[in-house]
Amino acid sequence: MSEITVTVKVWRQQGPDDEGGFEVHEVGGVSTDMSFLEMLDLLNERLTDSDVEPIAFDHDCREGICGSCGVMINGRAHGPEDTTACQLHMRSFGDGDTLVVEPWRAGGFPVIRDLVVDRSAFDLIVESGGFISVNTGSAPDANLTPVPQTVAEEAFNAAACIGCGACVAACPNSAAQLFTAAKLAHLNLLPQGQAEHWRRTEAMVETMEQFFGSCTFHGECHEACPKDISLDFITDMNHDYLLAKVKNRKLAGQLYP
Amino acid sequence: MTATIDTGVPDAAIPPGPLAEKWENHKFSVKLVNPNNKRRFTIIVVGTGLAGASAAASLGELGYRVKAFTFHDSARRAHSIAAQGGINAAKNYKNDGDSVFRLFYDTIKGGDYRSREANVYRLAEVSGNIIDQATAQGVPFAREYGGLLDNRSFGGAQVSRTFYARGQTGQQLLLGAYQALARQVAAGTVELICRNEMLDVVVDDGRAVGIVSRDLLTGEVQRHGGHAVVLATGGYGNVYYLSTNAMNCNVTAIWRAHRRGALFANPCYTQIHPTCIPPSEEFQSKLTLMSESLRNDGRIWAPQQAGDTRPPDQVPEAERDHFLERKYPAFGNLVPRDVASRNAKKVVDEGRGVGPLRNGVYLDFSDAIARDGREAIAAKYGNLFDMYHRITDEDPYQAPMRIYPASHYTMGGLWVDYNLMTSVPGLYAIGEANFSDHGANRLGASALMQGLADGYFVLPYTIGDYLAGFLGDPVPDPASRTFDQVEGEATDRLQRLLSIKGTHSVEWFHRELGKVVWDQVGMERSREGLEKALQEIPALEEQFAKDVKVLGTDRGLNQALEQANRVADFFELAKLLARDALEREESCGGHFRVEHQTPEGEAQRDDERFAHVAAWRWNGPDRPHGRLVEDLDFENVQMTQRSYK
Repeated sequence: MSEITVTVKVWRQQGPDDEGGFEVHEVGGVSTDMSFLEMLDLLNERLTDSDVEPIAFDHDCREGICGSCGVMINGRAHGPEDTTACQLHMRSFGDGDTLVVEPWRAGGFPVIRDLVVDRSAFDLIVESGGFISVNTGSAPDANLTPVPQTVAEEAFNAAACIGCGACVAACPNSAAQLFTAAKLAHLNLLPQGQAEHWRRTEAMVETMEQFFGSCTFHGECHEACPKDISLDFITDMNHDYLLAKVKNRKLAGQLYP
Repeated sequence: MTATIDTGVPDAAIPPGPLAEKWENHKFSVKLVNPNNKRRFTIIVVGTGLAGASAAASLGELGYRVKAFTFHDSARRAHSIAAQGGINAAKNYKNDGDSVFRLFYDTIKGGDYRSREANVYRLAEVSGNIIDQATAQGVPFAREYGGLLDNRSFGGAQVSRTFYARGQTGQQLLLGAYQALARQVAAGTVELICRNEMLDVVVDDGRAVGIVSRDLLTGEVQRHGGHAVVLATGGYGNVYYLSTNAMNCNVTAIWRAHRRGALFANPCYTQIHPTCIPPSEEFQSKLTLMSESLRNDGRIWAPQQAGDTRPPDQVPEAERDHFLERKYPAFGNLVPRDVASRNAKKVVDEGRGVGPLRNGVYLDFSDAIARDGREAIAAKYGNLFDMYHRITDEDPYQAPMRIYPASHYTMGGLWVDYNLMTSVPGLYAIGEANFSDHGANRLGASALMQGLADGYFVLPYTIGDYLAGFLGDPVPDPASRTFDQVEGEATDRLQRLLSIKGTHSVEWFHRELGKVVWDQVGMERSREGLEKALQEIPALEEQFAKDVKVLGTDRGLNQALEQANRVADFFELAKLLARDALEREESCGGHFRVEHQTPEGEAQRDDERFAHVAAWRWNGPDRPHGRLVEDLDFENVQMTQRSYK
């Protein structure tokens, strides 16, 4: 453990319609054991002391599981490691480093204030079909449906998505394929999800397309993803989407009749 | 027309008859709301964690109009998402002797005989249904090779009844409930309002009629009317500042309800979880939980000698004190949390702590890795090991984990009857927000069970009994004078916080409060310490009222203002916490009074005088709380000294 000084160049924006701009702050006395967000906390304490309004940022669990936090650090979603911003520690930086801190940059995530963005489009995608329709009380005994272990493992890998939006932020096209594909893979891999497999795929893809850019398979999403969600899920989703169109007897390419 | 209710001794409304028939009989005797009439009722649900999301989804499916609120940007952010280890259910898939009665018994005993038999039995009864529901929703529970569900053991049980999804069970269960909620939002039965925080409950004509809340993006204070209000806002562990809770977890919703007449029960029953990563320094914002499931395979030890600072690999086996195995042969490392926590504290207090700040004990996996192989251990605990490594920069595959107890869960909360209704008619509390089911100590893997039991399988049945009496009544009018009054009070509170313009930040005050509460009302409590706390907390609160610094305005997003409002309520809760601990002159579960311990240092209950629920009544800001008592009758279990030897 040691102490370092870093220069934080952080995006400030009063409100959604404000133009915004960068502020530069030197932050000394940073312990390398601190997490990145704890360093922001420290900066905010000092700003408050000097009567400057603290930097607003979303955060909650500080454990990398809730998906609330997320900022660009030196142009990389969640920073230089493969974790969430809250699990990034200052030992990843050196004394004298500059950290450029920005909110998620995507048309689908409008800025609310400072580093806080609006990710409600993700909820809309889930609402369009990211569920298995089973009313409370109507479920059969849990062991009635055996699920091969490998399938359960793969479904879990997909289900591990925390909905943080790093994939969208890292993508040059601000596409949300990885997020959507992860949720689809989770549910479509399981026997329980089969009844709605095709309807779900079509609905979620088409909802996603209303808010986000197009995927040209850069793969930046997977690199930025703190949960290592696989690009294979996108391939599966593309395949399933085409099949869904065929099965539903609609012509591919004519999305909005 | 007052905005507060004056309540007397609470009636738990426990149905008569044999324990195993109470719930079945009750479901038949409660009034029903005809399916076509359900849409004439509006129910407000505050909080969208396991309890809130499952309740809102289930009520929406039934046909009620639901208005669900979360202060997060999405319902999926609730702190239930971070629960790691697993969920209990009495399926007996392992054929090892589990049953509804055994789960009931283990939970009552684990709660140190301070919970209601009827409520706990029901919890065990519906536990299996929860697993069925979650599996049907696509929750990816761990499976064995044959494709069937796997189980593991958890603290306080000698059967293997815990279902899990790697070390992220809470996440997957919450996503199941969140997805069910999403389906109802799409179906139009649930209106989900995000980034909106409840500031107060509105009570009128002797019942809950709605809430006053604040849009966190615009700052606008709003009113919402409902035929019933359900609080699912989680626990108050953040009163200690450092806890395993998320940063935004707070007591405000239930505290405000308490001030409007909802009795607050057993606040001193707070759970300190034994295996968390020890603090490194002052700036630390929270403590990270290392799931109890790790105690299935990890062995807890500390050096025999005080002041032993050798690295762990240089401490030979003979000089390692596996203190839980030594003291409790039958349960070993799987003793309940309160027992494990107190023992860890004792060891560190004796000067045998490990780590740079000497503030932890070891949780060692070397034997398990040697026995099962690294891959097997990684399959079970991979994400936890990675998390530990990231935070401490130490590799738990190579060196033992360092752990220390931290505030984690609160068994206390709003008093509720058998129908989960508080002492304010029409106001319900579910999940960790209520006090029921866990007594003085919660067993591992039972919080997930309780939240979902309440939300899926209890509230949807019991709420109809209350609503049926209001069939035909319109939704309470948010333009009434009572709503005016409550909104005015909420706005005034916010304005006052902004006007103080003192010298210390909200964080500073929260941190200072946390230190007092952790030191005096933590794992060990004494008369002296509690009386000291009852001096220090009000003094700090006074200082807060004169010296807190909150910049900005109430227009637009202002996170410091949000926190200030929550910390103000933590001060009030902290005083009650200390008072409750002072009045309960016994040790039970998570409440340990040094004056009341057995010669071996275990909790000494006083069943003669304290086998009851302490339900506190708010008497106004300047008068002491009133302590009401609900006696607990144990007809189906024998109260014994809890022994895990």
